[in-house]
Amino acid sequence: MIFAEAEFPPLSHIVNWPELFGGDTLGVNKVVIVYALAALLTMLIFIVGNKKQLVPTGAQNVAELSVEFVEDQIVMPTMGTDGLKWTPYLISLFFFIFFCNIFEIIPVIQMPATARIAVPMFLALLTYVLYHGSGFKEHGPIGYLKHALVPPGVPAALLVLVVPIEFISKFIVQPFSHTVRLFANLLAGHILLVTFAVLSSALWIAKWNVIFLPLPVLAVIFFTAFELLVSFLQAYVFTLLAGVYIGAAVSHEH
Amino acid sequence: MLAHLSVLAQEAASGGIDNTGLAALTYGLGAIGPGIGIGYLVGQSVQAMARQPEAAGMVRTTMFLGIAFVEALALIGFVVFFLGQG
Repeated sequence: MIFAEAEFPPLSHIVNWPELFGGDTLGVNKVVIVYALAALLTMLIFIVGNKKQLVPTGAQNVAELSVEFVEDQIVMPTMGTDGLKWTPYLISLFFFIFFCNIFEIIPVIQMPATARIAVPMFLALLTYVLYHGSGFKEHGPIGYLKHALVPPGVPAALLVLVVPIEFISKFIVQPFSHTVRLFANLLAGHILLVTFAVLSSALWIAKWNVIFLPLPVLAVIFFTAFELLVSFLQAYVFTLLAGVYIGAAVSHEH
Repeated sequence: MLAHLSVLAQEAASGGIDNTGLAALTYGLGAIGPGIGIGYLVGQSVQAMARQPEAAGMVRTTMFLGIAFVEALALIGFVVFFLGQG
């Protein structure tokens, strides 16, 4: 009775948005606007940050910091100096995902575009095509299959077991888990925020229950800060894994 | 006690415990392994960083990588939870 208003909306209600304008196939809703904004902001970092002053100011600072971050934290540990040509791709990946994620906690919008599986899936498949493509280019068709499927130092008798496992993990499971990691994290965060917001509003309506109101409100504030961390961390992890996969495909170590 | 059990069995037989409950239960079970895994992983990383602070950067990158791989299992469980509800 107390929680009469605390009815959690169905999942389709919190991730499907009505179309604002446009038809059936080319309809534009909130998520599409978030994609467009994220793409625009990512391009802005590249355009405004590309000033080349000796003493950087404003946007150039952000751009140089991000280049340094991606090179030191993602490219160097996963690919070494050979991977530096991948820096622009990884930077745009990082910023696009980060901007898509961060709209989760920006008031009024409050919808992480990566909580719809379309964008994580597209980015994971793009990365999949890129790293297998560059692997085939680097080692040749037969050479790359051998490089990817046959780990060094495995006895010949075990290859019957190892090669199918490697094939399934490298060509089928990898893009799937790459997608789901980003998608499910952001969906979970979104649901968490919705849960506590619904609880707060229900306690607000049930007036004499006001003693308990601070708890869910504090939880909303705490989880909003937590989701800021998650949006950064998931963008970082996605880019780091893209780097690891590219590095594994083009490396010559074994 | 026995009466309760028989009521529970009846409810289960008549569809009282539906897919949502089972999906939630399965997700709870599926989260145990990754929970242990991440705890062990981060604990060991902290120990490594405390023993060798100069290697902290490398340990941290590898730690996030390991967390990402372990966490995937829990997240797949989370997605299956929503698929199982339907």
